[in-house]
Amino acid sequence: MFKTTVISLFLAFGIVATASAGGMKIRIATEGAYPPFNMKDASGELIGFDVDIAKALCEQLKAECTIVAQDWDGIIPALLAKKYDAVVASMSITEERMKKVDFTGRYYSNYLRFGAKKGSAIKSADDLIGKNVGAQRATVAGQWLEDNMAGKVRVKLYDKQTAAYADMTSGRLDAILSDAYPLFDWLKENPDYEYVGEKVDINDQIGIAVRKNEAELRDALSGAIKSIRENGTYAKINAKYFPFDIY
Amino acid sequence: MMLGFDISYFEAKYRASEAVCQIIGPATPQGFADYCPRFVQGTFTTVEILVLCCLIGLVVAVPMALARVSSNKWLSVPAYVYIYVFRGTPLLVQLFLFYYGLGQFEVLRESFLWPVLRDGWWMGVIVLSINTSAYVAEILRGGIKGVPEGQVEAGRAAGMSGMLLYRRIILPQAFRIAWPAYGNEVILMLKASALTSAITVMDLMGQTRTIFSRSYDLEIFVYAAVLYFVMAFMLTYLFRLVERRLKRHIAYP
Repeated sequence: MFKTTVISLFLAFGIVATASAGGMKIRIATEGAYPPFNMKDASGELIGFDVDIAKALCEQLKAECTIVAQDWDGIIPALLAKKYDAVVASMSITEERMKKVDFTGRYYSNYLRFGAKKGSAIKSADDLIGKNVGAQRATVAGQWLEDNMAGKVRVKLYDKQTAAYADMTSGRLDAILSDAYPLFDWLKENPDYEYVGEKVDINDQIGIAVRKNEAELRDALSGAIKSIRENGTYAKINAKYFPFDIY
Repeated sequence: MMLGFDISYFEAKYRASEAVCQIIGPATPQGFADYCPRFVQGTFTTVEILVLCCLIGLVVAVPMALARVSSNKWLSVPAYVYIYVFRGTPLLVQLFLFYYGLGQFEVLRESFLWPVLRDGWWMGVIVLSINTSAYVAEILRGGIKGVPEGQVEAGRAAGMSGMLLYRRIILPQAFRIAWPAYGNEVILMLKASALTSAITVMDLMGQTRTIFSRSYDLEIFVYAAVLYFVMAFMLTYLFRLVERRLKRHIAYP
């Protein structure tokens, strides 16, 4: 009896394996610490805009996908080391990154905003001089701060965006520079804080990173982004997180 | 005032590293030369933290070791608990607990201590000092126990007691016995200081990770490793030099 169960189990797996061998298999990484784009729920499951987009793209491509979490500053090195095949983690398309990896077309666009406590003396970027300003290391916000404000403000770089928020609530940081939408999301839950100053528009486009010389996967994903844009799936996911179109 | 001091200090550090790089830059590989001032600045910060935490750690460790070997329970038990708590938990956990944990308390945020506690650099120095003091206290305890009983008895016979006995007989020999183990601890601290990069300190590791986050060239970590190695090598040499002097009475000619 036991034997037959084992054998039939093997058979069942065998059938599943052959059935899926036809489709594409994509291993996807995200960070898991960048709400609302990618984060973990109470059970440790990855959720968020990026995760939903990744799942929608997989469905569109009829691909079999696994999604794993990877710390941000190792996310490109591990892609190059073939730990996974694509990074859907709100990654900005930058020249420096393009030397190492390829990007699909954008799946949303981004700009930067400063955030600070309501009623603080900080009303514009000029008021930040001599203050502690935080951002996540290895992000366009962190690099923009270092390139444009170094010497004028004290730049504090964090491994995780959530750590920067923690230091703003404890008062270590006078302001944060961040991608606008995650900050928008955080401000909703922390009404004591607000956007300050002007938008920092750096013409930032967010794409999916894949290894170079994997044009097939890149083009498939680019195509799938277009398709979910057209068939309304994208709009549905977008509406779940933001009341405005972020494409 | 604090801030003014900080900024001019940072500026001074920045200028110094620029100057160093103008001298050594041309002789180094391109990948290093591109980011040379950052590497040098990070190295300065690492040395700064190491020197400070080893000094503070040593100052705390001596009374702690004395308390630990004391026959008075009111002294030895607290010292024992201190040493075992800080030796028994990971340094990274201590850093996070102190840095993010203390920041939660409104009382502390409004106290005069906050300018120090809000700064990652100071928190790094404080936590590393506490951590190393626990290890050094234990190393010193070993040194104190290693002083031959006969010497203590001879000291007593000569009429010394208490502090005088410690100052003249026990501690000098305990330091000599503990010296090699202490050198080891300092080198471990050099490497442990890299953890402070997790609480926004721009030490050598912090700078390296920031540089790496732009270039994604793994060679960046090779340069950091070389810099750490050079520092460790110099420390080893220094400690051996002192050790030779401390042990010259038993050295072969």
